[in-house]
Amino acid sequence: MATIKEIEETIVEEFGYYDDWMGKYEYIIELGKSLPLVDEKYKTEENLIKGCQSRVWLYAELEGDKIIYTADSDAIITKGIIGLLIRVLSHQTPDDIINTNLSFIDRIGLKEHLSPTRSNGLVSMIKQMKLYALALKTKML
Amino acid sequence: MTAVAQHKTVLDVEKVRKDFPILSRKVNGKPLVYFDNAASSQKPQSVIDATNKYYSFENANIHRGVHTLSQEATSAYEVVREKVRAFINADKSHEIIFTKGTTDSINLVAFSIGRTNVNEGDEVLISAMEHHSNIVPWQMVCEEKKATLKVIPINDDGELMMDEFRKLLSKKTKIVAVTHISNSLGTVNPVKEIIAAAHEKGIPVLIDGAQAIHHTTVDVKELDCDFYAFSAHKMYGPTGVGVLYGKEELLNAIPPYQGGGDMIKTVTFEKTTYNELPHKFEAGTPNIAGGIAFGAAIDYINSLGFENISAYEHELTEYALQELKTVPGIKFIGNAKERASVISFLLDNIHPYDAGVILDKMGIAVRTGHHCTQPLMDRFRIPGTVRASFAFYNTKEEVDVLVKGLHKVIDMFK
Repeated sequence: MATIKEIEETIVEEFGYYDDWMGKYEYIIELGKSLPLVDEKYKTEENLIKGCQSRVWLYAELEGDKIIYTADSDAIITKGIIGLLIRVLSHQTPDDIINTNLSFIDRIGLKEHLSPTRSNGLVSMIKQMKLYALALKTKML
Repeated sequence: MTAVAQHKTVLDVEKVRKDFPILSRKVNGKPLVYFDNAASSQKPQSVIDATNKYYSFENANIHRGVHTLSQEATSAYEVVREKVRAFINADKSHEIIFTKGTTDSINLVAFSIGRTNVNEGDEVLISAMEHHSNIVPWQMVCEEKKATLKVIPINDDGELMMDEFRKLLSKKTKIVAVTHISNSLGTVNPVKEIIAAAHEKGIPVLIDGAQAIHHTTVDVKELDCDFYAFSAHKMYGPTGVGVLYGKEELLNAIPPYQGGGDMIKTVTFEKTTYNELPHKFEAGTPNIAGGIAFGAAIDYINSLGFENISAYEHELTEYALQELKTVPGIKFIGNAKERASVISFLLDNIHPYDAGVILDKMGIAVRTGHHCTQPLMDRFRIPGTVRASFAFYNTKEEVDVLVKGLHKVIDMFK
């Protein structure tokens, strides 16, 4: 299994094929369609990352010593973005997830989604993914 | 001259646009199309200059100093109070209370009236299309006083159900607080009728004028409203400045909202006596620069003339409605017969957020989301809308850019 850093490099390379915003967003929309969807039974209020703009459900479970994330959103761009995060962080160990410092978002030109005004954006998703990792790590002990 | 030419408004939009430096900037490499005027309008150079001039040459605290600068700053600030009075045709300039904005103005009334007039079992009446800032303060008062918040329902076109409103007025109703124009739907409410009906039962009325004050002539005497709240930043003025108009006898009857400097007559540790209107409600050093720049914004609006502004905005809104109708799958939220230059819509099942992100990439600034009216979105069972709101400096060409942008959005998400 590739490491977080290796997957980040692959994503940066993929996005390198697009030199305009439209291509990038079309790719994100495509990614949104292949997002590993959260099981309907986990689309609950407590798994909802609440924000101003779109709704995001995020769920995590352990498979051996790795964490598997699933998610869903009512907005497609949001689905694509969380899909990217899941691609990087799913199937990794809790420690790797907690200690990682993701760099690909900035490098693929999606920095604007990191701004706090895009409430419901990447920042709260990453935070929630790390919180899941922390919670599941204590379960492993 | 042709018939069409005769109907043209006298507003020279290209000239007007030059007064607003921000309108010539690019966003994401594209010329900015600013359609988020209902959230905040842009500022003409004269407003920006007034702020600069104040800090460069006139800065001093007001209402206190005997020195020249303080006296000059006080005069410059108080001149604006008189300008606001004339602008809304109030009787007296001390009926104009300067606040931080509409939200602050509504909170002032809610907490002052709440403390004195609202008791257990009483009711406060608002409408289903209120902005959170005209819901939450009343909710807080009702919770504290064990009173009930009642809501005037709306129909599917986004208009107030006036028969229901009349039925909701009762002996228990202590105040009616409704918006003049809906920020989400653009509906213009029959506020004069609402005020008259409430007054028949002796109930005071607060009008949230945040979305109306820059679109139409507001005459508080003609409306006969008891309170009227609005913000400078939506009327081409600075942020952090707002107005509460209140009838003198009501403002005298209710207690101050905040304590501090400027609002007192005498202070001892045993007892404080309050200053007269308007200072009773203006504790602390106000936003002096903002107030003075607000005066420049009023001058600017007056120089264009409301008749011209309203006529042009109406023409532009009609054009936008007509052009937007051609966009496949568009669904308008709010179809009131009386409407302002605010258009809310959805594109089939495309999420407003998705549409907003793509439009932004094309330099088009619209608002997406619930517009701080969550109960209203729940009423229509939608997560939010895309909202385009126009000002007199917007053009038909910009509307065309939006329509083209929406076609692109549909292409990308189909």
